[in-house]
Amino acid sequence: MSFELNSVCVRHASAHRSAASHALTDVSLSVTQGEQIALIGPSGAGKTTLLHTLACAHRTASGRFTIFGTDPWALGHAERHALRARLFLAPQTPPLPPRQRVVTAVLAGRLPQWNFRQAFASLIRPRDPDAAYHALARFQLQDKLYARVDRLSGGERQRCGMARLLVSNADALLVDEPRSALDPTLAQQTLAVLQQEATGRNATLLCSLHQVELALANFPRIVGLRDGRIAFDVPRAAVTQAMLAGLYRNSVELHSSPVAAPVPHIEVQF
Amino acid sequence: MNPTAAHHPDPAWRGRITATLIALLLLWPLLVASEFKPWILLDAQSLASTWHFLASFIPPAHSAEFLTMIVAATWQTIAIATAGLTLALLGAIPLTLLATGSLSVSRLESGRMRPAGAVVRQAARWLLVLLRSVPELVWALLLVRIVGLGPTAGVLAIALTYSGMLGKVYAEILESSEAHTTRSLLRNGSGRMVALLYGALPAAASELVSYTTFRWECAIRGSVVMGFVGAGGIGQRMDESMKMLAGDEVSSMLIIFVALVACADLVSTFLRKRLG
Repeated sequence: MSFELNSVCVRHASAHRSAASHALTDVSLSVTQGEQIALIGPSGAGKTTLLHTLACAHRTASGRFTIFGTDPWALGHAERHALRARLFLAPQTPPLPPRQRVVTAVLAGRLPQWNFRQAFASLIRPRDPDAAYHALARFQLQDKLYARVDRLSGGERQRCGMARLLVSNADALLVDEPRSALDPTLAQQTLAVLQQEATGRNATLLCSLHQVELALANFPRIVGLRDGRIAFDVPRAAVTQAMLAGLYRNSVELHSSPVAAPVPHIEVQF
Repeated sequence: MNPTAAHHPDPAWRGRITATLIALLLLWPLLVASEFKPWILLDAQSLASTWHFLASFIPPAHSAEFLTMIVAATWQTIAIATAGLTLALLGAIPLTLLATGSLSVSRLESGRMRPAGAVVRQAARWLLVLLRSVPELVWALLLVRIVGLGPTAGVLAIALTYSGMLGKVYAEILESSEAHTTRSLLRNGSGRMVALLYGALPAAASELVSYTTFRWECAIRGSVVMGFVGAGGIGQRMDESMKMLAGDEVSSMLIIFVALVACADLVSTFLRKRLG
């Protein structure tokens, strides 16, 4: 079992200890090793918070939570940090310093396994450029190996961040919206590479996605989040239009709600 | 005249006038306390002696003997500044790492630092304050009594004060740099130092180098001033020439001085271009 959550509550990152409002409320979820799950839901539903919680980046407020059978918040500081090396969290904005070279940025995925001396030496002479090359090649970025990150386009940076995931040897991949800067074809390819990689090393893959069709087309299990609660957690075949409509209700229509009082039409002239 | 203007007085006008008058009233005692009397510069006796001293500036001293002496002294000044700054870096880098809050893993988890970490960080900050609150000239005067006259006192004085300044500003540069990259590395299980090397350092490299070369320039100036209290270098020579009212020698040294600062500026520009 890679993740086990039992009515877990999580506070907002900036909230005070006594704050009543929760970013996640009463979330129960169990994920077996090697499972591939898509997280869907409207903006602000708590998808990112859930991924951060699973990555031990966010402390849980209450409930039972285990990763690979251990409770991370019962561990000591150092053991918990060692546990983080077995998880890979890929944030929505690729975390690449603009002045770094792509090879260094990709090999940063190996940092948890390297000691300080190895990490320092790799800054001067990349330790395993071949690994970075092969990871980039899976996203057709191999000729950017020695380019600087700030010379890449937004979509290239995003795939460069995914290449970092490929060189890590994490047992669970937590990917936050891997396709926000990609066109549909590239998005599909990127997702395919992620899924192959997860299957290949029997890693658990949790992926938050804005696009429902992409989630339904690629993932066997779909978890819908709304207002910090799990709305549904079902195999993809069981997802109905009514469930999706309920999940996203008011989120898009909010601005054009027919119920709202008619807003006087104001024309601005320049 | 515009008749409507008279009926629309600026409501902020009285406030501005009052604030200016109050500021001037508060400034007056400060000028008295600092014995600020610029008109002394203009009385006949001062003008005559100034003129006499400045006239001797031209032409600058340029005998071969004087020039070899001054080149050796300049080289010693640069050596004092560079050695002092290198020693300062040895002290400043570990203190920076201790004082930088954005490298805290516990803050990442819950928004707060662990008490032990917070205490270490505060202690490092106090040590930095202590080091930089004593001016290098005062350290030099103290050290000249301990290690005797000569460049050693200058090197140690620069190392002490500058490690405090560098450590404080490095920590601030690192904290204000983009935290996202460093945090992501920490969240994925990297160590603190490694996350700094791969996350914050490339983001802040240009600012760090720019500030370090600026401090090197300041160290050159500082080592000249310390020469006046016997810490060697071009400053000691300038002190001697000043006391003998040898304007031509002073003007040569000032020219060298301007050239040194200009060179430091060129080095800084070059390095920033390479890193930018």
